[in-house]
Amino acid sequence: MQQIFSRAALGAASLTFAGTAPVMAQSIDEKVNQLFADSTGWFVSFIFSPFPGTSFPWIVAWLVVAASVFTLYFAFVQFRNFGHAISLVKGDYSDPNDAGEVSHFQALATALSGTVGLGNIAGVAVAVGIGGPGATFWMILAGLMGMASKFTECTLGVKYRNEYPDGTVSGGPMYYLTKGFAERGLPGGKILAVLFSIFCILGALGGGNMFQANQAHQQISGIVGEYPGWITGVIFAAVVFAVIVGGLKSIARVTEKVVPFMGVTYVLAALVIIIMNADQIGWAFGQIFEGAFTGLGVAGGMVGALIQGFKRAAFSNEAGVGSAAIAHSAVRTKEPITEGFVSLLEPFIDTVVICTMTALVIIISGQLVTDPETGLYIVGESGMIQTADGSSGVSLTSAAFASAFSWFPYVLALAVVLFAFSTMISWSYYGLKAWTYLFGEGKNKEIVFKVIFCIFVIIGAAANLGPVIDFSDAAIFAMAVVNVFGLYFLMPIVKRELQSYSARLKSGEIRKFH
Amino acid sequence: MSEKFVVGYDGSVTARRALDFALSRAKAQGGTILLVHVLEWSPYSFLTPQELEERHKRRREEMDRAKHHILEPVITEISDQGVEVTSELRYGKTADVICEIATDQKATQIIIGRDGHSALSARVFGSVASALVQIAPVPCTIVP
Repeated sequence: MQQIFSRAALGAASLTFAGTAPVMAQSIDEKVNQLFADSTGWFVSFIFSPFPGTSFPWIVAWLVVAASVFTLYFAFVQFRNFGHAISLVKGDYSDPNDAGEVSHFQALATALSGTVGLGNIAGVAVAVGIGGPGATFWMILAGLMGMASKFTECTLGVKYRNEYPDGTVSGGPMYYLTKGFAERGLPGGKILAVLFSIFCILGALGGGNMFQANQAHQQISGIVGEYPGWITGVIFAAVVFAVIVGGLKSIARVTEKVVPFMGVTYVLAALVIIIMNADQIGWAFGQIFEGAFTGLGVAGGMVGALIQGFKRAAFSNEAGVGSAAIAHSAVRTKEPITEGFVSLLEPFIDTVVICTMTALVIIISGQLVTDPETGLYIVGESGMIQTADGSSGVSLTSAAFASAFSWFPYVLALAVVLFAFSTMISWSYYGLKAWTYLFGEGKNKEIVFKVIFCIFVIIGAAANLGPVIDFSDAAIFAMAVVNVFGLYFLMPIVKRELQSYSARLKSGEIRKFH
Repeated sequence: MSEKFVVGYDGSVTARRALDFALSRAKAQGGTILLVHVLEWSPYSFLTPQELEERHKRRREEMDRAKHHILEPVITEISDQGVEVTSELRYGKTADVICEIATDQKATQIIIGRDGHSALSARVFGSVASALVQIAPVPCTIVP
């Protein structure tokens, strides 16, 4: 069925491209891929180097330790203030006279549209495809703990943002690292801020751009048939260019409206599939728990599952990475800590809810092949679990949804393209903020970054998944290295804010307006 | 007791007709006019990161524009005619804000123009006039 559709759709194109073109195109893709893998390999191996004598990457430990430290230091703020976070988002505590300013809801929604996306669809498939169902357990745990990291960084993001005389605001780790360190009389804030900005630019080009373009291409070619990646890249780059350079607000606006709708559709579809297979929910959770501690035959066993789960969770909800602090810092509030509370909902929605849905659908659909005798998953040579039709990444999710609704891959393709696009728009902004922090504000300087950003869209679509995903992860985790390091020094400031706010909330000084 | 007319005013032709109607009543019955200009806004709309950054600046610009180009000219004009006039500039959902102000300020009547959308678009998106008819706390006149 898919074959017939693909031939029909590609009919016209392949007639004109017949002959040498496909061969040439393929070699462009290969060259780009080779060049890319060669030039980024050292960076990737440094970030993911394991502790000596183990297979456990130090960076994963770094994030887990950070999330645990913040969780304990703020005494489980993510659970104690969960309800308060929801009433803040609802606007219960918003001053009616501030209507027309950025609300908590809007800051959260914008930050979410930057994180909800391919990480939730493709990333989870990668995690479950390598780490087995057990990876889901570690992913959820990482999501719950990550809420505390997000709380810390977003509170600081608002507290130390720059407010310019013309009324615009700029915030993010580069600002709190500089100002916060200076306030505490610590040296090195500026160096950290510069390092963060460099990694943020790389992360914007990697996870926020190339990974998105790559998976969007994989999704489209899965439906219309194989064709060279650079074609998708050029089209995507043109649209992104029109929005971020051309200032075409209408496209951005349409995307911002459609993306939440697609997100809801995705979750509903997943829920329907899960409910349709209600008898398997118990079994699926059994697999998740058993896999979490035994690995059920996956490469690396329990540790393999754990690494995949934590990696994907961090990549999806970006807790500790520092990107969300940039998006959240525009909110209008007298209390920076309120934005911290609101932001802790982000990893919850992103990872604990949406990622878990994807994982459950993949597990329930039976796409992962098990050995009927041992009940263990069969692992191929690449370290990936064998799937029913050999798919991985976003096509694995697609195949899982298709097992329930044959038409869903089309909806998913559209969702992936839109998610990819909105994530690119968000990250182009994060990257730009880091860029202007390094090089100063100015129209020409901004255009240089935006053009580079568009070029990377094409590279990302043309390269293979492997090198792209490695580089994306590496760049984003490099941001977390700097950011988390800074957070350790700044967390007493957040604690003071938390204590003061909690006391005033308790005494009734801070009251609901509605 | 003197009448207090709340007039929804956005500078449009229909709003002008509503204002003229209110003016004639105020002169005839001896009343005051409260102009209400609402900048349509929902705290639950979606914005891009760029828009978030500029929101505070835009809000200031929007309020300045509304104040200087929409409200101030008519306020001068009404005062010149010897009718007492005040104004309110708010963000929110037009119908809700008008009702809120009418209640708070103890107005006796709301007067608005019809927004002139087609029946279909009014059905889909709702119109201020039809919303007010449903929720107005005081008598409401809709001027065609």
